[in-house]
Amino acid sequence: MKKSNHIKSLFAVVALTSASFGLNAQPYDPGATDKEIKIGNTNPYSGAFSAYGSYGKAQAAYFKKINDDGGINGRKINFISMDDGFAPPKTLENARKLVEQEKVLFFFATLGTAPNTAIHKYMNQKKVPQLFVQTGASKWGDPKNYPWTMGWQPNYISEGKVFAQAILDNQPKGKIALLYQNDDSGKDLLIGLEQGLGAKKDMLVARETYEGTDPTVDSQIVKLKASGADIFIHGSGPKFAAQSMKKIAELGWKPTQYVWQVSSSIGAVLTPAGIENTVGLITSAFSKDPSDPQWKTDKAILEYEAWFKKYLPGADPTDSFYIQGYMNAQTVEYVLKQAGNNLTRENIMKQAASINDFRLPLLLPGVNVQTSATDFYPIERMQLARFDGKAWVLFGKTYGD
Amino acid sequence: MSAIFKKIILAVAVLAAVLLPFVLEDFRVFQLNLVLIYAIAILGLNILTGYGGQISLGHGAFYAVGAYTSAILISQVGMSAYLTIPIAAVVCLVMGVLMGFPALRLAGHYLALATFALAIATPQLLKYKGIEHWTGGVQGIILDKPTPPFVLTLFGNELSEDRWLYLVILAIALGLFWLAHNLLSGRVGRAIVAIRDQPTAAAALGINLTFVKTATFGLSAAYTGIAGALSALAVAYIAPDSFPSFLSISLLVGVVVGGLGSISGAIFGALFIQFVPNIADEMSKSAPWAVYGGMLLALAYVAPDGVMGILQKLKKRRQS
Repeated sequence: MKKSNHIKSLFAVVALTSASFGLNAQPYDPGATDKEIKIGNTNPYSGAFSAYGSYGKAQAAYFKKINDDGGINGRKINFISMDDGFAPPKTLENARKLVEQEKVLFFFATLGTAPNTAIHKYMNQKKVPQLFVQTGASKWGDPKNYPWTMGWQPNYISEGKVFAQAILDNQPKGKIALLYQNDDSGKDLLIGLEQGLGAKKDMLVARETYEGTDPTVDSQIVKLKASGADIFIHGSGPKFAAQSMKKIAELGWKPTQYVWQVSSSIGAVLTPAGIENTVGLITSAFSKDPSDPQWKTDKAILEYEAWFKKYLPGADPTDSFYIQGYMNAQTVEYVLKQAGNNLTRENIMKQAASINDFRLPLLLPGVNVQTSATDFYPIERMQLARFDGKAWVLFGKTYGD
Repeated sequence: MSAIFKKIILAVAVLAAVLLPFVLEDFRVFQLNLVLIYAIAILGLNILTGYGGQISLGHGAFYAVGAYTSAILISQVGMSAYLTIPIAAVVCLVMGVLMGFPALRLAGHYLALATFALAIATPQLLKYKGIEHWTGGVQGIILDKPTPPFVLTLFGNELSEDRWLYLVILAIALGLFWLAHNLLSGRVGRAIVAIRDQPTAAAALGINLTFVKTATFGLSAAYTGIAGALSALAVAYIAPDSFPSFLSISLLVGVVVGGLGSISGAIFGALFIQFVPNIADEMSKSAPWAVYGGMLLALAYVAPDGVMGILQKLKKRRQS
């Protein structure tokens, strides 16, 4: 009742102002004014997952830069980021505070699968955009049931598809063995792989799973070798991927090995597996890596480094969460520029769902941000990289939709 | 103060509590729901720790079991949300009694550690694959909030889902507080306290130590389980990450802040664990838990017997 009154009076005001001045009144939803755009966010700044807090810190620092440069279309960004410690009930409490009290225009880059699940329904009931959530799960791209929620980074299904396409190109007669973690991320990888192989699904000749609590995966590796496969895909967490790489070498098995991004860290996975065992490994990437010498003079990387030095003094430049947070913030900056002066929640969502071939400067050449009314997966393309014993070297074309 | 006067004050307080949600916005009502839920859980723990003298660092586990019992029955069996609350209480009662047996042999710090093990294990056990089709694994369970059964508008605010749930929780909380008051101020309460202070003397007086100790544990777990079930309804989503081991510590903090061995202290304890972290977060983004710790230390110094301790002291001073 209160709401309908509110809407009525809003209409009256809009009608009055446009009639008396003969101008288009600026359509605003709560959180937007001539001077400011309020954006809500929650992140784990404390607790066991506080390492992810770097995402929120990078975003706050990027919006600070935008504001120092005069804002977006003359409006300053008021980024209100709260700590939820990765606890879903706290995320919901934060979300309700931000929507009902702070009255933010929309939500952006909330972090984690469980915390985002806790507010998924709420945001959609309230019709407040939950944009570019920072999790690799595939359920954020469901515009039919959740038209107010959108993912951002390539999800595990996309990654599975990319591997499938690359294998069809390079080893169309290959036989694939897959080891994956028995959880949603591992299952998503399998789904993507099967979708990507399509009619040639039979190429996947063997697959094994493991539990996070298993001591080793040696027996699974032995079984997979027995299948006669000549391609191996690591869909396992860092610890198990390192074990598998070592075991494969010990068995004298020499399949072409693909490893997903989750376990592509040189320090945490490849080194413990024995560097000599991992030369030739293939992974996928979507953004430029500041530590990669080939981008040393790249304009986007130089800009990123200058920004980092100025706005995040003292922070660890090798922390890759910062660069992802930065890129995500640039995506929302683009959406707000596109939205112009029409700052309603509906228009924000509409703009986010009609990004056409936007080339974020830090994405690899060939990778883009692309959405539509039915495609709520912004980044889906990736390029492959091969490990040469020192670093990941990009090669081949860009894969993905 | 005459008994009638006391009753009038209580009636006015209850009436104010019933009307309160209609003058607040939905978000605040939601926070109040959490406060009431924490108060029930803290009361449960206080029965065990404050009255029984047994320290539990694992009550978050009962809270989680209560929440999961309710959520699974609603989502898998399609049971009415209200019906699941007594079932959650019974499940936690049984679990509490079972936990009470080892508690008979473990005293003091050892019991604290044993229950702490429970708190640490729970979030991981909830992810166990064998029960995934019930618990939803890492993804958890999404629920609908109970809808109000009738339309009502008071002070220009309609009876929303949050306000309705507030009234439900308030009714349950009042019932549980009344029950605890009657139980603890009578024979049973004296027996529990006697075992805490002088177990040998208590046994000599004919108190069945085994029975009272395990029953106390069961009752305490049942209270906390009810709170957990209500939290599942209020938040409408549960996942293993909803019940970190820190929750158990928070509940103990609530007991101590409110006042050990005090029934109404649970309310103050609940207000503390609900709002102080928020205040700390607003004061410092980089070290909210340092601020929280500072406030806790200050409180322990100023009010060693909790908020109720201070109130009692003030009352005495006025009388003398």
